Parts: sequence; structure tokens; C-alpha cells
Amino acid sequence: MEKRIAAIWFPHLLTDKLLRKQPELKELPFVLVNTERGRRIVKAANVLAKEKGIHENMVLADCKALLPELSVFDFNEEEPKKLLTALAEWCIRYTPFVAIDLPDTLLMDASGCTHLWGGEKEYLTDIHTRFKAFGYTLRIGMADNIGTAWAVCKYGKNGTIVPTGKEMAALKELPPAALRLEPVVLERLDKLGLKTIGSFITMPATALRRRFGQSLLQRLAQALGGEIEMIDPVTPVAPYQERLPSLEPIRTAEGIEIAIKTLLQMLCERLQNECKGLRKCELISDRIDGTIERISIGTSKPSRNTLHLFKLFENKIATIQPDLGIELFVMEAGIVEELQSSQDALWAVSGKNEAAIAELLDRLAGKTGSNSIHRYLPAEHYWPERSFKEAGSLTEKPNTEWRTDLPRPLHILPVPELIEVSVPIPDYPPMLFKYKGQLHSVKKADGPERIEQEWWLQQGLYRDYYCVEDEKGARYWLFRSGEYDNGDVKWFMHGFFT
Amino acid sequence: MRRVADKLVIEQLQHQIEKLQGNTVHSTDHKIVLGLGAMENAFPAKVFTKGAVHELISNNAEQATCTSGFISVILGKLIQNSGYCVWISHVPRRSVFPNALKTFGIDPERILFVDAAKSKDALWAIEEALKCDALIAVVGEITELSFNDSRRLQLAVEKSHVTGFIHRFKPKTENAVACVSRWKISPIASAATENPGVGFSRWHVQLLKVRNGQPDEWHVECSPNGLKYITTKQTVIHEPGERSTA
Repeated sequence: MEKRIAAIWFPHLLTDKLLRKQPELKELPFVLVNTERGRRIVKAANVLAKEKGIHENMVLADCKALLPELSVFDFNEEEPKKLLTALAEWCIRYTPFVAIDLPDTLLMDASGCTHLWGGEKEYLTDIHTRFKAFGYTLRIGMADNIGTAWAVCKYGKNGTIVPTGKEMAALKELPPAALRLEPVVLERLDKLGLKTIGSFITMPATALRRRFGQSLLQRLAQALGGEIEMIDPVTPVAPYQERLPSLEPIRTAEGIEIAIKTLLQMLCERLQNECKGLRKCELISDRIDGTIERISIGTSKPSRNTLHLFKLFENKIATIQPDLGIELFVMEAGIVEELQSSQDALWAVSGKNEAAIAELLDRLAGKTGSNSIHRYLPAEHYWPERSFKEAGSLTEKPNTEWRTDLPRPLHILPVPELIEVSVPIPDYPPMLFKYKGQLHSVKKADGPERIEQEWWLQQGLYRDYYCVEDEKGARYWLFRSGEYDNGDVKWFMHGFFT
Repeated sequence: MRRVADKLVIEQLQHQIEKLQGNTVHSTDHKIVLGLGAMENAFPAKVFTKGAVHELISNNAEQATCTSGFISVILGKLIQNSGYCVWISHVPRRSVFPNALKTFGIDPERILFVDAAKSKDALWAIEEALKCDALIAVVGEITELSFNDSRRLQLAVEKSHVTGFIHRFKPKTENAVACVSRWKISPIASAATENPGVGFSRWHVQLLKVRNGQPDEWHVECSPNGLKYITTKQTVIHEPGERSTA
């Protein structure tokens, strides 16, 4: 069967997208700019701005001089690709093979699809109307191959359909740029006065190759169907989801367990094949009466261990209320990450241990809440409350050493507690102090160790820390906040030494 | 000849009894001396019992700190900078300052702290952690431990050989539990030094119960080089109302 290719060109892709998001910009000229070599370069301009003479690759300062009321937005380099891919995925309704052609074109292999819309014309009209309704400006062309479809889409009449075998006639009137040539070749053609494709298409191939290189011949062959060009279709990521309808409504815990096991088996098999592991998973149970029951689990490391995941779910089965019965179970992995398993065998001992610990932590987190597990790494701060930070994962390594040169208590109070003291002279450790109604007399003391506030993080008074030992041998970490000169001296208990 | 044979039979029988009791200290892989000195002599076969649950009791914040310190000393020797340890606390009591653990020879990042809001959850978490043989040790900070619960913990470690430390803070009663030992650590006044300052801290370590061993007590000084035993007796001032155990 012969191929039919449709090309869709969005001349104002990015600005149309922005207008869709912010319709209030409709009456305003605006541009998207990017910083290149210290200059702000226009990357896209809307119709209003273009009418005023602003075009792509202009410097923003020049545009502002032309049009002071111009609105400016930032250009994101990832945006065109992301947007086109999304549009291509949407277009899969028209054909299973949709490819993107950066920066602003979609190519669709419409072979054998058009009759479903009642013909090629209706097919293109439908696409046109739908995109128009979304707010996109577009031009469409259709031909037997990518080259011609692209050419008529960009340079022909909007909605041109080139019948099979009529490529030559369709291309004749178009400018050479329609052949997707390099700027150098285009310039040379222009210099020689070859303004349309028709003016050189009949020339002998050897002459063309000598003057313009192989690329012109290749492009010509592609447009005329002599050389086959393949499209690279986008493949949308299928959601990691498994469904299990039940013959009879399920009401028992055992039934739910079997369902979870079956679903996990199916899901993990797919993850195994794709070398992935899940981080978050949700079980959605559709009840007969239309209510939906949800339970979800999370793991600290990507996992596809059916047993482990089942254990995590097992703790939560009791929260499902089956009521009259559940007719459909859906298991969906919300977050999926790469998980290479084959490599683990090399350092089996530690790798296996860490996996076992990660699984244990998942179980604990399921019971006590995920924010109840802490692992600490050193932080480069003297202020005791800030001298450690939470580690994000089990494998995160400390960037700095833990300091051991300064005495630090093994037990610390989360908030320093006010104490009453009697001090012989300023800057001396106290003789007596009263903590929680109990009087301690200080026999020995070390200090002071002054810790200043880190002014870039927090304002406040410095602390003078003393390590004191009372008559029973118990040791405390006390600090004085404030100066005696200012009269607002307070003493605090902050920790216990061993 | 016969005497030697008898001795062998008796040794085998003793072995079987110990196995039934869940005491696995005689298996070769656990016969690693920790270097605790005289304290280890109180244990059967003169080796600190690993792969078992030890109980420690403290009655006030000062004792609790010393108890944590004592646990940290042993943990430091057990971990040897490889492997992980889980430290489960029943909040709001966890007060360990991670930075200080380094002075006891533990990399603080090797400790995974778990805070359980309910004591029941904390016990469950301790049991689950003790079942995980990938861990070196588990520290549980709780208040009450019933005999049945302690047996569950003991059964868990018999399979996994993880060493457990149950630190009970202000328990209502010092009830009998199925742990291999019961410790109590309290601070004592440090020695008078020529230099000003506090010097090294001293503990009064009481081993109140030990299965198949000899309970004892020691005065030790805790310095960065490890524990040092002090022979001269010092008076320990007990809290009013606290049971004297000397």
C-alpha cells in the first residue's frame, strides 16, 4: 500500500501556547526571549508583534525601541520539544505513527487512516478544526512522502493534498526553501536566480551535484519519492497500571490479598522487563455501590520485589471497607524509577544488606509514618541546632567530617530550658543552679565556649557554653545568653553529658 | 579415658541446654571479644553475649545519658564502621545528639533513628528491626516491657543474631524479662585533677542480672581511649526513693 504523509506546521507554536494559558494577552504584542552571549534574543513573537516588524532572532533592545509597550516573557529551550511531543501524543487519535520535527512541525503517517474520516480532505479538515478550536494556528499538507508534504505544508496553499504521482507538479511553483535545504545552498541558488524548484528540477543531476553538493540531490529525491525517508514515531509511555476485574464481588480480606498478589505479579513482571522499580503504588478498589477505596504505599528505594511490596500493602488491607463487595481492582505505580538488578551480584553482601534495610525501613515507615525515620549527616555549622542535617536516602554520604574536637553532650534538649543560677562573677560558670526544681551545686566546670549566631541565617544573642559537673558526678551543658553589661542575662540547660 | 568421655558428654549436654535457652554465644562466629575487659568475664564463656537482647534501666535524665553513653561504647565496638544500626525511640523522648556519637567511635550516619508515636508501635518496630539480619544492632528506648514482649524479642534475635539493647526509662516496676542481662549505669563524681576542668567522666556500671553469668559492678572512667576500670571505691549518691542495689 502506498504511503500517505500529512505534515502539520504550527507557525506560532509557542505564542499560541502562551495565549492558551493566558488569554488576556490576546490584545497585546509580546515576545519570548532567551539570553544568548549576553544578549536578549527574541525566540518567538506573536502575530501582533510581527505586524509591527518584530521577527525572530532580533535583539530585545531593538524590539523595545520599535515597540515600547511590548511584553516580554522568558523562553524555555525545552518547551518546543515538550509541547510538540504532547501534541503528537494527542494526534495518535488520527494515526498510530506521529513524529515530531523540531522546531514546530508534526509529521503523521496517515496511510490507511483517512477513510475512517470519509476521505483525505475530511481528515485534514477535522485536524484543522480541532487544533483551531484549541487556539493554534496551523497549516496542513498531505502527500506521498515527507519531503513533498513538508513543502506544500510550509509553502503551498493551506490544506493542499498532493495526489500520488503529482509531486513534480506540486513542487514546481514552490521556492527552493521548501526542499529543507541548508542556508548555504539556498543562498547560492538565490544568487543564481533560481527562485522556484521548477527552474532547476529538470537540470542534470551531475551539474546539480557539482554546484550544490549531494544534499540538494538527496532532498530532491526524497521529495519526489526516489529515496525513502522514515519517520521516527513518538511512543507514549503507557501508565504503569494493571487491572483485575473480579467475577464475583470480593468481600473478604483473603480475596483482596489474592487480588493484590496477582496485580503485583503482573506489575513487577513489566517492571522487571523494563529494568525499573516503583517508588509509589496505589491500589484502587471499585466497590459495587460506586465508591472507590484507595490505599497507597511508598518505598524508600525503587523496588520490584513482589513479596516486599505485598508486605507493605498487607499492613493496610484492614483499612479497605469492601461493604457489598469490590468488582474491580486497579493497581497503579505513580512513581517509577530506574532499578538495575543484574549489577547487584558484584557486591552482593552490602547491596543485599542495604536492600534488606531499605525494605525494613519501608515497613517501619508504613506503620509509624514516613517522616518518623531520620538519618543524619554533618552540616558545617557551629550552632548546635544546625550542626547536623537530615539525609535524603540510605546511600547519601557525608560531605564533611563529623567534628570531635569540641565537647558535645550525648543527650540534648530539643529546646533549651531556662534555669536559675547563682554566679560568683560575670563570665564564670555558676556555683549553683536549679533545674526542674532541683538544686545542683557545681563542683567542676569547663568553658566557656562561645558560639556566635550565624547572622546570615538568624539574628540573636550569642551563647557561652559551660560543661559543669555537679556533686553527684552528673554533667550538664549550660549556656548563658546575653551580656551582663546589658543586664538581660539568661541561663539555659541544653544537654546532658555522659 | 572414661573421664574424658564423660566430660565430652557433659559438654554436649550443656551445649544443648544453652541452645534450648536461646543462648548462642558458643557458636564460633559470635566468639569475638569486644575488649570490654573485666565486664566480659561476668558473661558465660567470658564473652559479651551478642545476638541477644540486653536490658538497661535508667531512672532519671542523668542516668539515661550515661546509659546511652554505655550503649554507644558497645555499639561503637560492634559496628566497627560497617553496617547499620537502628535506634528506635518512643517520642517525645529521643534526645540523642548525633554529633556526639562520633566521640564513641560510631559514624552517626550509620544510625537510623526511628521515632514511634505510640509505645505499641515502638515495640513492633523493635521486633521487626531485630528480625532483620542485615542490621548490626538495634537500640530501643521504651518505658515498659512485659515478660511476653521480651520473649517475642528474644525469639526474634535467636533467628537473626542481631544484638538488641532495650533502654527502659523510668519503668514503673523492674519486672522480670527474658533478656540475657540487666544493666544500670549511673554517673559518679570524677577524679580530682590537677588541671582545672571536668576531666573524664566516670560511671558506676551495675550488671544486675546475667544469664549463666556472674552479676557484678564496676567503676569505670570513660575516655576517648575506651573504658578504664577504677579500683578505689567511691560512694554513689542514690536518688531518694531509689532502691539501693549495692
